[in-house]
Formats: sequence, C-alpha cells, structure tokens
Amino acid sequence: MLELAVLLDERTRLLVQGITGHQGQFHTRAMLDYGTKIVAGVTPGKAGETVHGVPVFDSCFDAVDETGANASIMFVPAPYAKDAAVEAIEAGVRLLVIVTERIPFHDTLDVVTYARAKACRVIGPNCPGLISPGKAKAGIMPNHIFRPGDVGVISRSGTLTYEIVHAITEAGFGESACLGIGGDPVIGTSMSEALELLAKDRETKRIVLVGEIGGTTEEETAKRARRMRKPIYAYIAGRTAPPGRRMGHAGAIISRGMGTAQSKIDAFAKAGIPVADYPVDIARLLRESPAPS
Amino acid sequence: MKFYEYKAHEIFRKYGMPVPRGVLASRPEDIMDPPLPCVVKAQVLVGGRGKAGGIKFAHTLEEAREAARAILGMTIGPYTVREVFVQEMLDIARELYLSITVDRSARAPLLMASALGGIDVESVPADKLFKVHIPPLVGLQPYVLRALAKKLGLPTEISNQVSDVARKAYALFRGEDAELVEINPLAVLKDGRVVAGDAKLIVDDNAEFRHPEYAELPQDRTPLEEEAHDKGITFIQLDGDIGVIANGAGLTMATLDVLSLKGGRGGAFLDLGGTDDPEKVKEAFEILLKAKPSVILLNIFGGITKADTVAVGVKEALEAMRVNVPVIARIKGVNEDRAREILQGIGYPAETIGEAAELAVKLRAGGA
Repeated sequence: MLELAVLLDERTRLLVQGITGHQGQFHTRAMLDYGTKIVAGVTPGKAGETVHGVPVFDSCFDAVDETGANASIMFVPAPYAKDAAVEAIEAGVRLLVIVTERIPFHDTLDVVTYARAKACRVIGPNCPGLISPGKAKAGIMPNHIFRPGDVGVISRSGTLTYEIVHAITEAGFGESACLGIGGDPVIGTSMSEALELLAKDRETKRIVLVGEIGGTTEEETAKRARRMRKPIYAYIAGRTAPPGRRMGHAGAIISRGMGTAQSKIDAFAKAGIPVADYPVDIARLLRESPAPS
Repeated sequence: MKFYEYKAHEIFRKYGMPVPRGVLASRPEDIMDPPLPCVVKAQVLVGGRGKAGGIKFAHTLEEAREAARAILGMTIGPYTVREVFVQEMLDIARELYLSITVDRSARAPLLMASALGGIDVESVPADKLFKVHIPPLVGLQPYVLRALAKKLGLPTEISNQVSDVARKAYALFRGEDAELVEINPLAVLKDGRVVAGDAKLIVDDNAEFRHPEYAELPQDRTPLEEEAHDKGITFIQLDGDIGVIANGAGLTMATLDVLSLKGGRGGAFLDLGGTDDPEKVKEAFEILLKAKPSVILLNIFGGITKADTVAVGVKEALEAMRVNVPVIARIKGVNEDRAREILQGIGYPAETIGEAAELAVKLRAGGA
C-alpha cells in the first residue's frame, strides 16, 4: 500500500479516467497547473487523442503499460464507475480517487472490498480528492487556497473544506495534506483510517477533522484519537438537520436516532478534541493552541 | 426510495418470499372480495400507523369497507392516507425478526435476526440478536444460515423456512439495490408456515438508473421538494422562515447551523452543488422563492464554481419572479468582486457566514 507524503507526491504518476469529458478536461488542466505528474488519460474509444498534452488510451491496461501510471483519478459517470474502478485496480494502480457522485452504494461495496483485497487505496467516492500542497493534487479542490504547512485536513465535505482550508491559510498556517474522504455512506477510506495515515505522516503536526451527520465514523475516529499525540481539532456540520432527511450527501442522514451532530460532538469532547462552533473558528483554535513540536 | 407496504409485497413476491394475500383499495367500494378475516392497513411511508388508528380488523366485507372508510383520508404524520391494503389476517403463533441493511463502518451488508420479533429491534437484548456481516463479493453462504438457525433455536421445519426467507431477502437486497429489507414480524403461523407479517423496503436513490420502474413511486416529499427533485435540485423544506442556499451539502448544512447559532431558523436547504450555469442557478432560486422565505441567505464559496456566474443566475431569477425578498449574499472566492457588482442594489453583501446570518435575522425581525 502506498504510504504518505500523504499517498501522493511529486513522484506519483497519475492517470485520469474520463479525461475527455468536460470535468475530466477541466480538472486535468488544474491538476497539471498544480504540478501534478499526469502521465495518461483513459476514455474507451479515444486512444491516440491528447488532452492538454496528456496522451489518451482506450484502457487502463494500455495506459499503465505505456506510461507506468500508479494512481488514478476517476471522472466517470456513476453508471460506469464500478467498471472503471475495477479496471483500474486490475491494471495495478495503488491509489484510486473516485470523484464521481451518485454511485449506487452496492457498487461501492464491491469496489472497496475488491480494492482492499488487491491492496489498492480508494479515496471517495463523492469526494474532492486529495492534495499534498506544494507537491501534487489528485482532486478537484481549488489550487489557490492551499499553502504548504503542517496542518493535515480530513473532511467528508467539499466546499465546506475549502472554506475551512481558506480560513486556515489566511490565518497564516499551511497544510501538509488534505484528504476529502467523501460524502457517501460507503467510502474507501474512512475518517479514522485517514487519521491513522496523518498520524504517521512526518510533515503533519496537527490535524483538522471536518465531519457531518450520518453514520458513526466520527465516533470511531474519536476513540482512535485518544491514543494519538498530535493535536486534533474538529468541526461538525448538521447540528440543525432534521432526522430522516438526506442533507445533500447520500451519507448525511440521521436514521433511527443514529448519526446526530450532538453524538459526534460529544464523542470528540470526550476524546479531548476541541470542536469549533463556526467553520472559521478552526483557524482560531489553531492560533490559540501552542505550536506543536 | 421508500416503498409502500403493498409495493414491497410485490417485490418480495418476485423473489419468492412468502407474503400474505391482499388487495389494494383507494375507495371503500373498491373492496369486493377481501380475504376474510382481514386487516385493513393504511399505506403511508411513516411508522406508527397502528398507534394512529391506521390499522383495523374486519371479519366481513361490510366491516372491511367500514374500516377503509375510517382510514382513508386520515392524517398520519405529514401524510393523508390515499390507499389501504386489505390483507388476510394471520393466525400467528410467534413473531420473529429479520433484516438486512448496510453497515457503513464495516462496508458490508449486515444481516440481523432474532427469535424476538414484533418489537422495535433496538429493544431486543444484544444476546438475543443474531448479527453477521455478509462479504459482498461472495454473498450469503450456507454457514451463515446454519449459524442463524442455531442462534434462533427454532424447530427444524420452521428454521428451514426462515433460512429460505433470509436467502431470498439477501438476493432481493442485492438485486434491487436495497438499503433496507426489514421483516418485523416474520410471523410463524399456527399452521406452521412462515410469512412476512410486515414488509419494509428502501432502495438506494442513486440506483434509480438501474430500476427505472421505481422512478414514479410516490415518495415522502412535499410538492415543492418533488418539483426540485424532478429538476435535479437538492432542496429540503424545513420549519423555519429563512431560505438558505449554498454550494455544497456540507457548506449548506454549516450555513444553517450558523444561522441557528445567531438566533435564526432555516426554512429551506438548497444545495446548488458544483454548478455555476446561470440557468441552473436561476431554476434553483425559483424553487427557493416558491417556498416563500422571509429572507434569503446565499452563501457561495467559489473555488471551481465561479462566483459571478452564480450572481447572474440569482439576479435573473429575482427579476423573472418579480419578488422582493431581501437577499443576503456572502460570496467568497473566484470572481467575488464581479459577483458583488452584479448583485449591487439587489443583495445585502456580507463578509462572513456569521455576519450574513446576523443580517438575515435582523432583516427578518425588521420585517423587511
């Protein structure tokens, strides 16, 4: 399994699945601009074309054979996502970022279980991807809000993460890594697994968790966090969300009394993790705490 | 997608699962030849219909029609009962429990069963509940069913039927992209048959493309939510009066939370998603206006989404709808200056979410 600087750095050879689509083209440009080494694109039937100078192949197998790609980011529509994901895993990529939203969770169950068996790390689906500031980006987050630093960010959300990262950067800090783990009920890398990765990462000195209602991943993360030395700060979205309603993300739902914001806030409080009331307060919490060694 | 009980029965039957005989009726006189004695059950998408008087017993055709007359038109939760399901009365000897759902943390389907059924599963003691994860790539193997039989401790002829139901329920769970298959009670009848006494089925909304036959099923949405859904807009009506529109689900939730911390109450959750197509923004804004908010709080963090194109959509929607609702616009990110220019004279600008929320509460109190 790939280890950090966090899963992704200058040496990562990235493949873009669905590179010829609108999103694929747009984000390939932005990732290249960030300095990411994009070695190949895949769109079945489009072999021989190029997108921003990146050669396009018919299959992941061809792309990996020809270019030595070892990671992939997917912009493939939901109905074809399982096919594309399994193809990438079979072709041998070690990191698979699934940006696509609205993938049936039964497909995701199959993909993440298979990926695990093949030692491929999956981030997402329904996620903004990941970035190692100053090194590379396999994601869709805006480039300009990041600055290399020592704050590691893990989030179930997209724009809310950008809001918080922006506040962190504006306050004079920088980020070592940002992992958007995704807003679906079933995801490849959970918050607690992402936390383990950042705990081991040398460049990450403190960690920010952005959670939301639904599921119990924050509660599980809080339990693991008790054993960790790096200071952790959190924000939870959805304090006012009504039960039984899916709040935009497929995974953001309070069902049968489980997954409330309060339960997560309590779990973090019990683990000694300060929880910000306002998103931008994360920056204040960082400022007010002593710099980690 | 939630399923009415009668519809869930149809799907259960398709997988060969035993369900009681029954007929659907939307008028008392539609009940012609009910399986007697029978239970007349309100068809609604919420629980608690028994307590609300939505389940009645009948021994004759006349009684069945009488029961239907009482139940049809009844209000249960937010719903008016439009249909009743007239189902054969089961002569139940004992009640069991069976369900399959997804365990998000384990990333696997979770099969649960108990010899204690007919009660809320949360109140079943942990040692009386059989729980096992099913590895999705290999599916439900017979050893799981052997373990289930042992745990429930039922006589062989009952146990075999329960295993069969479990196997078929799993096939349904996978085959229909279900989030939840729940049979509570799984009824053991006095004649020894095992029958689904109730049928709860929820199917993953995201799998709609694989099940176009479910697209038209009525859901628990308000008419306005239904309209938004048809247009592909994520919109939820809430019980406050301030309309919140933002880009991204997390940010929209956070905006509602901040509003509440500042003493306001959200009346609508509208997630614009990643779009910055002015036409789409306009469409979304029109939905929000139809919810008649006293104030609108717009919160955009432009990264990939360009703030100015969102602003164009907002402006066009307000002009097209000719309404005068104050719009507090907190716009950050790419092209924010141009967005502010576009919204000049229309919106009240704000720097932070907190400031925007305070302004929303103030304008609302001032009756602007």
